[in-house]
Formats: sequence, structure tokens, C-alpha cells
Amino acid sequence: MLEAILSFIPRAIAQGVPLLYGATGEIITQKSGNMNLGIPGVMYVGGICGVIGAFLYEQSLPSPEAINPVLAVLIPTLFSLIGSLLMGLLFCFLTVTLRANQNVTGLAMTTFGVGFGNFFGGSLVKLSGADMPFLALSATSNCFKKTLPFADKLGVFGDLVLGYSFLVYLAIAIALIAAFVINRTRTGLHLRAVGENPGTADSAGINVNRYKYFATCLGCMIAGLGGLYYVMDYASGIWANNAFGDRGWLAIALVIFTIWRPNVGVLASFLFGGLYILHMYIPSGMNLAVKELYKMLPYVVTIVVLIISSLRNQRDKQPPQSLGLPYFREDR
Amino acid sequence: MNKTREPLFHIVKRGEMPWYFGWSVRAVSIVLALACCGLITVLVTSENPIKIFSTIIDGSFGSSRKFMVLLQNTAMLLCIALALTPAFKMRFWNIGGEGQALAGALASAACMILMKDQPNLVVIPCMVVTSILAGALWGAVPAFFKARFGTNETLFTLMMNYVATQIVAYFSVVWENPKGSGNIGVINPLSKVGWFPEIFGSKYALNIIIVALVTVAMYIYLNYSKHGYEISVVGESERTARYIGIKVEKVIIRTMLISGAVCGLAGLLLVGGTNHTLNADIVAGRGFTAVMVSWLGKFNPVWMIFTSVLLVFLERGAGEIATDFGLNASFGDILTGVILFFIIGGEFFINYKLSLTKAAKKEGK
Repeated sequence: MLEAILSFIPRAIAQGVPLLYGATGEIITQKSGNMNLGIPGVMYVGGICGVIGAFLYEQSLPSPEAINPVLAVLIPTLFSLIGSLLMGLLFCFLTVTLRANQNVTGLAMTTFGVGFGNFFGGSLVKLSGADMPFLALSATSNCFKKTLPFADKLGVFGDLVLGYSFLVYLAIAIALIAAFVINRTRTGLHLRAVGENPGTADSAGINVNRYKYFATCLGCMIAGLGGLYYVMDYASGIWANNAFGDRGWLAIALVIFTIWRPNVGVLASFLFGGLYILHMYIPSGMNLAVKELYKMLPYVVTIVVLIISSLRNQRDKQPPQSLGLPYFREDR
Repeated sequence: MNKTREPLFHIVKRGEMPWYFGWSVRAVSIVLALACCGLITVLVTSENPIKIFSTIIDGSFGSSRKFMVLLQNTAMLLCIALALTPAFKMRFWNIGGEGQALAGALASAACMILMKDQPNLVVIPCMVVTSILAGALWGAVPAFFKARFGTNETLFTLMMNYVATQIVAYFSVVWENPKGSGNIGVINPLSKVGWFPEIFGSKYALNIIIVALVTVAMYIYLNYSKHGYEISVVGESERTARYIGIKVEKVIIRTMLISGAVCGLAGLLLVGGTNHTLNADIVAGRGFTAVMVSWLGKFNPVWMIFTSVLLVFLERGAGEIATDFGLNASFGDILTGVILFFIIGGEFFINYKLSLTKAAKKEGK
């Protein structure tokens, strides 16, 4: 039993980290009043751009042993950040500058992003000449998966707390910093003002469009890292089409579940990760069907939280007031 | 020189424009989008662009079968888009079309499987009733909470999609056939219980006719009925609606019942009319594409016919390019995305115009 729990926790955390990146990014975006339903697409783009970077780097090497761990981490990360930044700029250009509907733009971005990921993933598989329908970048992945050298000597503590790669700690750090900035700094105050009531923020001299652009692009870059983590670390550098699945939507669910608080997101994402893989640990005998119902849990829990938070109607536990609404100064 | 930077343009809202103005702007953005798609395809395949465009057209009109598939896919997409429209007009962002259609599909598949020994005269009416009820129920749950407690409907309906997906996945295993496959397979392949009759020698014809009727009905409902009027008032201003004595809560729940019911109908047509099976992917993302169809068609059923034909036509064309030039099928999604971005961006130029500011004019002199 204890062993099962000890193996469950690290796996739940590993499942939770992509969600944490996605949710932190989306919380920052939504705090500015932009509802970016393109996050699933952005995460695909972040993942595949990292894969493209790693692929190009590995191809340029004379042999896999010659890999430089610093470059092997930096190049895919940079590619991933640029890819997701471009997606963020696209979303902002359409919704903020061209004032298009956010839901429609977001859904179009998801279609585009998932297609982009699968298309380039599939094409790279073809290019690499592999017989199998996936692309393996194990050399790069090994650099991403480096853990602290002494972690496995510290027993249970080492396994549960120290035994992860840097992207896991980065996710937690970003979430905590985001929580601090949103709630404790002037920038965060302005950001929240823009999301709650852009008209008021505008008359207070805050540049609404700049905040929206900045928050959405930053949010997309953070979410893109989630895709990168998934491919490079969780999937051990193996890109298979559609393997990322519906994690992007789960990240959006997590935003609601945490009631727009990134620091709560750290633990909540691990909980969601746990719920996501719970079906592998519950003894259901030969009844495979029940496992499908367990996969429903994260969504049901989110709905319950959504209902409860609207029932209690506390002012600090609500979505940003102008979430999803466009803002044009002239329309007032 | 004063240091405050004056922007070169300022944005002015357009007044009333003749209807053809909007459509010519849209046509221009579609042409630009196609040019952009052509460029991407040329870069990827290094084929000549005329061949690429003839392939796109071939994807929908290459054979009579392809043409029927075009009509069928359009009908299904349009059906879900029609379902979402009353909700959107009410400013209720129902992005749960996927889940509501899945609920309908599940209900009709359940009837087909559980009543496989009954005659069609009993089974088909049961399918119709249960799937419409299932869709309506799936739509009414978020509406109830929205009306009573103001729960955010966009997020609620989005989550309901995945609940429905998992329930369908559950039943796919429960009813798997053959055992161990995890798929339902074609239901009642020999007795054809619950299969809709073929008319004009095509299994698609009935679906297309039903959706055409739904389109007319929805047009009348939205434009010439008291309900349609109430929906527009609630959408324009909830306070005005309350002031003139419209029960907003009732309108929200009633409209979502209708919205969900029509989605359920789409699920019924997919299972009973064409696919004769059930899996979690049967709606194939149409619930999301329909959001764009409805919005691009300005919530007008007649214009939505054009937008849905356009999207399906492009999707089929992109698919044809992918198979003909040995690309993978996701290439179609990229092209669809690019086209949508152009159309979405084009809407700006319909509603607003850019005019040069004084500063820019001075520079021009």
C-alpha cells in the first residue's frame, strides 16, 4: 500500500506539471480580462516548437554523444517560447487590436495549434525516417530530465521532493511568483483592475491594451512551457500525434478550480494529475469501463467548484468581472 | 516639436452600411486567406498553385459521393450551429454543443442496442424522443445554474463536453462488440433496427432534408416568434428585458432547452442516419466549429448556410490536398485555422474604418 502511494505521488506530480504551466498562464491571461480558449492549441505549439528545436539541434550534431547539455536545454526552450509567443501575439492582435470575439478566436487558435503540432510532428517523423509513428529525441530529453545528483540517495524524501527535473521546480516557482505579482504588487493591481473593469482602469491612466497584450503573451509563453515539459520530460522526448490529448482543457478547468489563484494551483494541479491517473491505481478488476468514468472526475470536480463559488457569491472568489468581454474606449 | 506621439490612424465605427458591403469585405478576406493558404501549400509541397486549387475543388465536387459527403458534413455542422444560435443571440456562450450532441447520440445508440428485438416503428420514435430529451437535459443543466446563480456558462458548458465524452467512452466499453475491442462497431448490422430509411438511394438524403427543415424553422423561430423577440431583448440588455416584464430566468432555461434539443437531434442524425455506431469522437469537433459558423454567419440561419458550406468545403479540400500530396491529415486543420483567422480579422473592417489622423495628414503634405 505504502509503495503504491510512493509511486503514485511522483506520477501525479509529473501529470500535474503541464496542467500547472497551462493554468498559471491562463490565470495571468484571464486576470487581464482575456479569455483565451486557445490554450490547448498554444500548448501543442509550445511542445512541437521545442521538438523542432531539439530535432534541428540533434541533426546538426556529428554524434549523439557530442550533445552539449546547456544548448540542448536552451535551444528547445527558446523555440518553444518563441512559438507560443507568436500564438499569444496572434490572439491579442485579433481580439485586442481588431476587437474580434475572444471565444471564436480562441477556438480557432485551438484548431490551428493542434493541427500545427500534429502536422509538423507527423512531418518530422517522416523526415527522421523512423519506422514507428513517433519521433524519439532521447538525447535531448536526457538533458531535460537531469535531476539533482544526490536526490536518489536521500530515500523517500529525495524521491518525493528532490527527484524531479528543473522544469517541475520552474513551474512551481512561476506559479508562486505569479501569485505574488498578481496579489502583492502595483503591476498586479493594475492587471486585476484591467480585468475587473477596464473602463475604470483606463480613466485611472492604465494602458489597458498594453496590459492585455503583455499578460496574454506572457500567459501563452508559460502555457507553451507546459507543452515543452510534456514532450521533453514526461514523454521522454517522444512526440506522438495527439498524445498530449485534452490536457489543455484540463488546464482551463484548473483555472476555475483554483478560483484564479496560481499559488493554490500548485497543489491543485498535483491533485488533478492524481485524478487523471487515478484510474490506473483503483482496482476495478476486469471492468475496464469504470476506468473511463474515473477520467471524468477532474471535470466533475471543476463543475462542482464552479457552482459552489457562484452559490457563495463572495466577491473575492469570482471570475474577473469583465472576463471575455472586449474593451473599446469609444463604446462607452 | 511636442513629444506626445500621435497615432497615425484612428478608428471610427462605421454607420449603417448596405448589406453587400459586409459580404464584399468577407469575400476579400476569404480570397486573401486562400492566397495565404495557397502560399503555405506551395512552400510545403512545391507544387504549382493552380494544381493545388483544383485539388481543393476536387475534394468536394470530384465525384457524386464526395459531393454528398460535402452536403452531409455541411448539414451536420449547420444543425449544431443552428442549435447554438438562439443561445448566442441571448449572449449565452454555449460552447457545449459537442457534449449536447454526444448526449443525443448516446441516447439514440442506447435505444438501438437495448431494443434490438423491437420493430423499427417502435425503436425510431423512441430514439427521436430520448435523444432530443438527452440533448435538452445536457443544455439545461448549465442554463439552470446560470439563471439561478449566475454561474459562468462558457466554462460550465465547456466542462460538460468532457463529462459527456467520458460517459460515452464508458458505454463504448460496456457495449463493446466484439468483446475486448473497446469499440461498439456497427450496431445491428443485419437487422438494421434503428437505421433510418434511405431515400433517393442515399443514406445522407434524409439528414439533409431534416436539417433544411430545421433551418427554416429556426429562421422563423428567431425572427417571427415571441420567443425569438424575447431572446433578442435578453441578449441586448438584460435590464431592459426585466423592465418590460420578460422573465429572464425562464427565457434562459427555455432557450437552452431548445439549443440542447437541436444538438441532441444532430447526435440522433449522426447515429441513426449515417454512422450507425457510437464513439467518443462521433461529433468530431463540430461543436466547436459550429461556434465559429454561427458567429461568422452573424447568427442568421440563412447566412450560416453559406459559412458552413464554406468551412466544410475548405476542410474537405485541405483533406484532399493532404492525401494527394502525401501530407498528413492535420494539414487541413492548419489551413482551416488560417482561413478562420483571416475571416475573424476581416470582421473588424466591416464594423470599423481607419482614417488618417491630422498628424499623419500633415506628414503626407
